[in-house]
Amino acid sequence: MENFAYVNAAEVEQVPSLLGDDWNETKIIAGGTDLLGELKEYIETPKKVVNLKSIPGLNEIKADAAGLTIGALVTLSDIAAHPTIQHHYTVLAEAAESVASPQIRNAGTLGGNLCQRPRCWYYRSPDIICLKKGGDTCYAVEGLNKYHAIFGGGPVYIVHPSDTAPALIALGATVKIVGPNGERAMPLEDFFVLPDVNPQRENVLEPNEVLTEVHVPQPKAGTKSTYLKVRERASFDFALSSVAAHFEMNGGTCSKASIVLGGVAPIPWRSKEAEAALNGKRITDAVAKQAGEAAVANAEPMTDNGYKVPLTRNIISRATMSLA
Amino acid sequence: MASWGRPEDSRLIGKRVQRLSGADKVTGKAKYTFDINRPGMLYGHILRSPVAHATITHIDLSEAESLPGVKAAIPLIEPGKRVRFEGQEIAAVAAITDDIAREALRFIQFDYDELDYVVEMEDAKEAGAPQIRDDWKGNQSETQVDERGDIEAGFAEAAVEVEATYHTPVQTHVCLETHGHVAEWEGDNLTVWASTQAVFGTRQNLAQHFELPENQVRVITEHMGGGFGSKFGPGVEGVAAAKLARQAGAPVKLMLTRKDEHLASGNRPSMTQKVRAGAAQDGRFVAYDMSGYGTGGIGSGADFTGPYVYHVPNYRTEKSAVAINAGSARAMRAPGHPQGAFAMDSLMDELAEQLGMDPLEFRRINSDSDPRRNKIRQAEYTLGAQEIGWHRRNRVSGSGTGPKKRGIGMGCGLWGGGGWAGTQARVTIHPSGVVEAVTGTQDIGTGIRTVIAIIVAEELGLRPEDITVKIGDTAPGLSAYGSGGSQTIGSVAPVIKTAAMAAKRKLFGHIAPLVEADPGNLRAVGGRIRSESDLRMSIPWKEATGYLGMETISEGGEWDENLRVGDTAGVQFAEVEVDTETGLVKVIKIVAIQDCGLVVNRLTTESQINGAVIMGLGYALLEERIMDDQTGKMINANLGDYKVPGAMDIPEIKSIAYDTDRKITGIGEPPTIPTAGAIANAVYNAIGVRIRELPITPDKVLNALG
Repeated sequence: MENFAYVNAAEVEQVPSLLGDDWNETKIIAGGTDLLGELKEYIETPKKVVNLKSIPGLNEIKADAAGLTIGALVTLSDIAAHPTIQHHYTVLAEAAESVASPQIRNAGTLGGNLCQRPRCWYYRSPDIICLKKGGDTCYAVEGLNKYHAIFGGGPVYIVHPSDTAPALIALGATVKIVGPNGERAMPLEDFFVLPDVNPQRENVLEPNEVLTEVHVPQPKAGTKSTYLKVRERASFDFALSSVAAHFEMNGGTCSKASIVLGGVAPIPWRSKEAEAALNGKRITDAVAKQAGEAAVANAEPMTDNGYKVPLTRNIISRATMSLA
Repeated sequence: MASWGRPEDSRLIGKRVQRLSGADKVTGKAKYTFDINRPGMLYGHILRSPVAHATITHIDLSEAESLPGVKAAIPLIEPGKRVRFEGQEIAAVAAITDDIAREALRFIQFDYDELDYVVEMEDAKEAGAPQIRDDWKGNQSETQVDERGDIEAGFAEAAVEVEATYHTPVQTHVCLETHGHVAEWEGDNLTVWASTQAVFGTRQNLAQHFELPENQVRVITEHMGGGFGSKFGPGVEGVAAAKLARQAGAPVKLMLTRKDEHLASGNRPSMTQKVRAGAAQDGRFVAYDMSGYGTGGIGSGADFTGPYVYHVPNYRTEKSAVAINAGSARAMRAPGHPQGAFAMDSLMDELAEQLGMDPLEFRRINSDSDPRRNKIRQAEYTLGAQEIGWHRRNRVSGSGTGPKKRGIGMGCGLWGGGGWAGTQARVTIHPSGVVEAVTGTQDIGTGIRTVIAIIVAEELGLRPEDITVKIGDTAPGLSAYGSGGSQTIGSVAPVIKTAAMAAKRKLFGHIAPLVEADPGNLRAVGGRIRSESDLRMSIPWKEATGYLGMETISEGGEWDENLRVGDTAGVQFAEVEVDTETGLVKVIKIVAIQDCGLVVNRLTTESQINGAVIMGLGYALLEERIMDDQTGKMINANLGDYKVPGAMDIPEIKSIAYDTDRKITGIGEPPTIPTAGAIANAVYNAIGVRIRELPITPDKVLNALG
């Protein structure tokens, strides 16, 4: 990797000025599980790296009647092991537990998991300057796209690699962002942007902004949720397709469904079609099947990733039935 | 004539003995090449071609050389020469830190004229494809034709026929320790710590390269993190390390990166074979017509087995190799066999199904043409069928209910592994009682160090930990072969055994008059020397060796044909669960029965089988080098996208070392052969749809299920 200046941030408010306004100049490090790979491969060659771990208070989980507040530096293993999250925000605990390996979950943070860069093998190849890296070609279009998007692709066809993001969106989470003009908050769902908005980024963050906190509203009584992830290698892998399902239940009837998909689109992909097929319905095999079918009706598979269509359909049905 | 004796007389041989280096390895005390640090040592790295095919026009090292901390830089290709794959070596640097060396690569200026490339076998065979090798026309080696019997008569006799195309991918070795060396010069004497499976081969290669007599080159490999056939010599990187060290006047450590490793340190070639085969109504396999090819990148050696294991009287095969712009193949754990076995065992199941016959029964009928192996194999069939519960398999494949379907399948393999003459070894008994066993072999990870200790300890009535085993060093001058072909134990064990016998004889001869015993009546048992004829005569080992005074006993050994045997048979059974909604194949259990000859250390033998099965499982379900046609690059040259099995992917493995003989056989390779075929057949038995291409990933399963 290239040499860089390393700066320990003392407090959140200081971070925007440390970051500056050029993506290429400065990078944030927390757990470092994604950034270090990028630095070593020369995917990123910043002049400065700003460490967030030196900021006190960002590694806390607060659970109360209003819900859950999770600092950006909380590790994935702490989330996965938190009893309240396991019981009341099950989809989030399961998603955090499904990430990578124990070592990475011990180091990787929630903020990093939400802001991580894509795993596309063209993007991760140092010598390939693809559209995501400022070039003019998304090589997945004509190339090897087995792991690429079936929804929302174009002009870049990456998939968003986060497991916690679909779970948090399904839970209705909001994120807090600190920038030069102070704080702003938004639904996590609005945080991510499709490549037709910005092919080089995956979210709304400006170069001098930092995600500091995630808030999750307390689920209503009787809510059920789960995260189902399919990966080729059981030990350590990103999702071929995953589903975060969060149902507000009224007896056997689903009064409000949230279905958010991972591994299939450049952003965590809310399936409004699946939700519509579930809302107000009694959960049965047939309804679960309809939800899966509805979700993939508008899928646009590429040459090598057609399998993701039945896969995604089937895991939506399976996740649905597991909550019945 | 030496023999290993009766099982009931063995205290150690055939028992479970902990690896002598085990504690050192798990505590980090064991020093691998990666761990070697020398005073003033520099770090080397290699600049590699970013493109698949180009003519190098210019290399300028001056800017890299002028970077602070850089101490040496050398070109590894001459301008005007072609690079023929992504990752081919261009230049190397050595610097005072690893980081500076890596960074310096970016300051090497080089220009090239890009040439058209081809990275897919089918494209390489097309007329007009870019020519990769000067010695092959049309990127294809001469077709090797093999014919036996009367193929037309065979098909005429066939009641059923199968036509199918099978494909296996390129697999890379993924040694846990990458290739690498620490090179140090002292005048014209070169010492190299190498991660190698052949210290003497590496010494010879380096001596030739630097035009030095062999005794001026010393190669040391105390521990190494896997080779699997890819580490027989210094390679470009080992020579580069020595050149950099000479130029810098300081020791240089040059270890490959994981990406280097995937691109340029060898792989198992791919295979595509089209086969037509027939079986008679009574279950005899009567005709086999196969044509196939594989690619070893720019290298040769893409051969594969077929027909394989099973007897077929009439066959015709055509095989060739195809060159593409990718890193060269090297030997990889049972070269050619896993490819051929996957295709053959898939075919056997397809034929059996056409006949309406149990695939195990079909194999019994057509089993091994070698009578000795066949006898073993038939017994292994019975044992394995019991262990896996063969009766539980679906009589109609795919007939299970529910989305997760279970299936059971089997596969077979064969191998040599009997060793050969030529290893030199000495067993030395010092007056202090210390016993040394020295030979020029190296422990590739199989546990030969412990095996040597067991054999000497058994002979001298001591414990394995009492024996000082010195291997992995050329300095004593006792040469041994590279650890390949599963030949190590068969080559080394007889010589160690006879050396230990000779040393013991000499010790007995020395002390017999002093203790007033007939040397023929002396026995070394339980850390003592006893006389069979005089029960009062029993002295501790150290007291006995103390009689040596100033003398040391040091005896060489002879290879003895009768202490080893080759030609092993292996059978494996797999039970899988296929999730038909996700396409995931989960292996539930593998039963691996490996004909082993005499088992010396049951613990490490089973470890060998476990490791081989895991490698076979990766081959079956996960591993594949993926070449990108748009860029000419291996697009998954890392361990995230090139997927090897982790702990969660590994099923219950029942490893059965099937010892049928009181002679020794090596089994490092054979247990990796049958795994993929067994898994593929189990997948078919589960879902009733055949996947003829490895690895069997969810996309293939879902696409096949439709």
